[in-house]
Amino acid sequence: MTSTETRTMSLTLNIWRQRDRTKKGKMVTYHVTDVSPDMSFLEMLDVLNEKLILEDDDPIAFDHDCREGICGSCGVMIDGIAHGPEQTATCQLHMRSFKDGDVLDIEPWRSGGFPVVKDLAVDRSAFDRIISAAGFISAPTGTAPDAHATPVPKNDSDAAFDAATCIGCGACVAACPNGSAMLFTAAKVAHLGLMPQGQPERDSRVLKMVAQQDAEDFGGCSNIGECSAVCPKGISMETISRLNHDLLGALRAGAVPSS
Amino acid sequence: MTLELFTVGEPIADTKAPRDVPINERWNERKFRARLVNPANRRRLSVIIVGTGLAGGSAAATLAEAGYRVKNFWFQDSPRRAHSVAAQGGINAAKNYRNDGDSVHRLFYDTVKGGDFRAREDNVHRLAEVSGAIIDQCVAQGVPFAREYGGLLDNRSFGGAQVSRTFYARGQTGQQLLYGAYQALERQIGLGNVEQHPRTEMLDLVVVDGKARGIVVRHLITGEISTHMADAVVLASGGYSNVFYLSTNAKGSNVTAAWRAHKRGALFANPCYTQIHPTCIPVSGDYQSKLTLMSESLRNDGRVWVPKERGDTRDPRQIPEDERDYYLERIYPAFGNLVPRDIASRQAKNVTDEGRGVGPGGLGVYLDFTDAIQRLGRKAIEAKYGNLFDMYNRITGEDAYETGMRIYPAVHYTMGGLWVDYDLQSTIPGLFVIGEANFSDHGANRLGASALMQGLADGYFVLPNTINDYLADGPFPKVDATHPAAVEAEQSVRAQTEKLLSINGTRTVASFHRELGKLMWDYCGMERSEEGLRKALDRIPEIRREFWTNVKVSGEQGIYNQNLEHAGRVADFIELAELMCVDALHRNESCGGHFRAESQTPEGEALRDDENFAYVAAWEYTPEDVPPVLHREALEYEVVHLAQRSYK
Amino acid sequence: MASVATVTTQPAQRRAPKTGRFSNSVVKKTVMAVSGIIMILYLLAHMVGNLHAFGGAEEFNGYSHWIRTIGEPAVPEQTTLWIIRLVLLASVVLHFWAAISLWRQARRARPVPYVTKKRVQQSFASRTVRWGGVILALFIIWHILDLTFGVVNPAGTGTTPYDRLIASFSNIPITLFYVASMLILGWHIRHGVFAATQTLGQTNKKRERAVNAIAYVVATLLTAGFLLVPLSIAFGLID
Repeated sequence: MTSTETRTMSLTLNIWRQRDRTKKGKMVTYHVTDVSPDMSFLEMLDVLNEKLILEDDDPIAFDHDCREGICGSCGVMIDGIAHGPEQTATCQLHMRSFKDGDVLDIEPWRSGGFPVVKDLAVDRSAFDRIISAAGFISAPTGTAPDAHATPVPKNDSDAAFDAATCIGCGACVAACPNGSAMLFTAAKVAHLGLMPQGQPERDSRVLKMVAQQDAEDFGGCSNIGECSAVCPKGISMETISRLNHDLLGALRAGAVPSS
Repeated sequence: MTLELFTVGEPIADTKAPRDVPINERWNERKFRARLVNPANRRRLSVIIVGTGLAGGSAAATLAEAGYRVKNFWFQDSPRRAHSVAAQGGINAAKNYRNDGDSVHRLFYDTVKGGDFRAREDNVHRLAEVSGAIIDQCVAQGVPFAREYGGLLDNRSFGGAQVSRTFYARGQTGQQLLYGAYQALERQIGLGNVEQHPRTEMLDLVVVDGKARGIVVRHLITGEISTHMADAVVLASGGYSNVFYLSTNAKGSNVTAAWRAHKRGALFANPCYTQIHPTCIPVSGDYQSKLTLMSESLRNDGRVWVPKERGDTRDPRQIPEDERDYYLERIYPAFGNLVPRDIASRQAKNVTDEGRGVGPGGLGVYLDFTDAIQRLGRKAIEAKYGNLFDMYNRITGEDAYETGMRIYPAVHYTMGGLWVDYDLQSTIPGLFVIGEANFSDHGANRLGASALMQGLADGYFVLPNTINDYLADGPFPKVDATHPAAVEAEQSVRAQTEKLLSINGTRTVASFHRELGKLMWDYCGMERSEEGLRKALDRIPEIRREFWTNVKVSGEQGIYNQNLEHAGRVADFIELAELMCVDALHRNESCGGHFRAESQTPEGEALRDDENFAYVAAWEYTPEDVPPVLHREALEYEVVHLAQRSYK
Repeated sequence: MASVATVTTQPAQRRAPKTGRFSNSVVKKTVMAVSGIIMILYLLAHMVGNLHAFGGAEEFNGYSHWIRTIGEPAVPEQTTLWIIRLVLLASVVLHFWAAISLWRQARRARPVPYVTKKRVQQSFASRTVRWGGVILALFIIWHILDLTFGVVNPAGTGTTPYDRLIASFSNIPITLFYVASMLILGWHIRHGVFAATQTLGQTNKKRERAVNAIAYVVATLLTAGFLLVPLSIAFGLID
């Protein structure tokens, strides 16, 4: 069993330190030793932080919460790849993916739409604003018909679910050479657009959401696919095609993206 | 009874449920009797909601839709990250879409029985009544529930229920339900009906003239401490499993909002009622920061065992059949590996206590799929549980198809919480508590797929129909943050923050949290004894004293200081832990998820004591060194008759 | 005395979305896709026309003349040619406008660059599409000055199209520049065909392989077709 193995590693970490949104940041080097391969990447940072605290140093800020890959809070650039070498959320990355002596550059998501709040933590409220623009079905509480009133073909429902698994972590934006949030936006457009309940607002939804993504200092999509390749939930590029299709359809139908 | 631990105060009772009508008419009757607020007046009434999980998110959206001015606070960066997002299994509803004999009455009955007769019948019945409307609401929002080829919703049986009433969205039901509520909330934010306060932590409740009128918060990024006033305050701040340090909760989940309200006068009910889930991935080392739940469904095909010999560290594949102890099958031949959560958890603890546990630290048991793979083929097992095996592999680096899994119980949910009446109002007028934060509907044990149901029932359908009865008294006298009560609350928050930063001792916050968690797990976990609880009650005050004299909190107040956040939360966990142990010690019976060593049958099974303990224990806060005051709410079972559980 | 705090930590206000159609990034991409498709269609015709070079000077010059007289006498000489030229010019301008506009948006989207950034799946074609586009633009200018107007042609102005063709591709540096440009064109089109299909919302998982195959076929066909004539001249198969 793994318990009998006591193989540990030492690593050199170059970590982005930035006091707050207004200050300039820089890379600072830390050495960590006795890293167990069974540690998660964030647990490795926890251990480093405990050490920094006892040394009267400022611990490294990084967002995290559920630590089971579903809340979408965590996410850092590890040696140039969003969430690191495995296609998971950072909290699900374990140190066995690295080897003794590795030197890792650890950076926050870098995006005009995600200002750094401290060190590795960024402000992703732009995502909420994209949802707030139209990423919903207007169904106030109490207005719903019986759940079986409208059957939904299983294939549509499954495809909607696949798109709806997006956890809003922002890795797509971080990885995109254009800093585009189109995969995030498209995942919601696809999820809701695939359901019969989502049809009445389908045209206005895509127009408003894309307008908001463009307004939030995110780039445009140039169909490169880095986003999907690092997405912990494997959201497909197909969702972006669907968004494009819906948007052009909406424009042809004469919908206007006013609020 | 050990009177020095606590004193007994006046009994307490719910007065809002209209008990003059039959149980199945009470909710309608309550809605009818509750006073309404004219739509034009709602705009003048403001409601603070703390939390954006299933309960808080759905309540914020619904109250905003109704026209109230909602101020919503949460500590994560986005409302979508509340820990409801991590719920895997499903949500129960008495739709009877399977025509298998389900009904509101049966869901009600199962939940009361499942709660081991420690829940309030009126509340549970209402929960069952509104369960169907929750599914309707979620489908209307576009929640992609699992469907069958005919396009209708799929259902499954969950947690040993004999009817298929659980709706699910693959293994991510909580995520999808939460996003439904989140999107409804974002819609209201976009419409300007909800004032949002992300990354803001509630640190105190402002009580003016006996009524909850506001909260004091700290902005986690800027450190700014501010006071916000409203006509009513709703806490939807979740459970307190993290008092155990290691749990399946998110790292940020905490009791602070509820605890500070408790310190301002809200009674805290049944704090010792926690739920322990048997199938989690075991701890791998001291650095372990949280535990990950794996679906209980694995026990349908896995066999639980440990080596017969203590300290057998051989590779499981090298241990022959006759040297294995399939202890659940041995002790419970009828139910075998499918015994309820509490029993599976407790027996796992028993065998590891005997020194027969496996894996790092000996804190694990095997869940073996060899038989199932031989019987059904690896393909079939992959199809059923592939994602769980992948998750296990990602976390442990082991191939469970080959080695089997190692599992261990972990704290998962807390049934205890702030005491509320039928209207979900706490003992402080104007303070409402919803979702896991209240003590609510699950009694001493929560059934699978019932937490999501309760959170959404409270937020979508219950609170929006009861809070109006309170708000109908409004608008209340205008008070702002200059009111002496508000100033006092804000000052106490500032003082505590400064104090934490000034101690500058030698132990980290996490080291205190780990020590407290270990103590609670050992003595206030699955099995409790008077001896153990007394040990814990001796140690906790020492931990508290050491914390306040020797903790080292880094950094400063005016920046994003996660260490300071954690310190404040641990300070509250320490106080809560003491109350939990007092509650556990006073409840000298085995009930629900809890085994009390002094209360067992001759065969060693849990023995409930209805004669002495058929009540809700609602605790009143007292200052340090003054024993807490117990207020009992007697539980009467007029519909479901008291019966002892048996799984032999 | 504790200060009476008011709300100063509200999250950033929702930025007003731009509502103009042409400020929409997907619309810009669509403009790019449609103009790209027009240019590809033209290139296919152009490539086929080039093959007349194998028929000798008379046939090639005759073809060249025919282009200028399509539609005569119903319309005056060169009308069709100018229509084609204007459509192409508009396509080039729009293609460029969309590219530059999206490029600028992308630059705003990442004000602070990464210290380390790796590629996970990005193809060579997609990575080179922007600079490749710039090189192709320079190539087109040179190409028109060379073979259409003869201004930079070794044979000079006032020569027949066929003379200019032979003169250019008998020159090794010019031929190499041309060959390099056609390879870049191939990569540009390989990404462009896929991207245009995606942008117009026509890809999905089932079609993905087919779309990629078509992209490769079109790119290879055009590159090979355009290289056939110059290489034949360079190697003396046409003279």
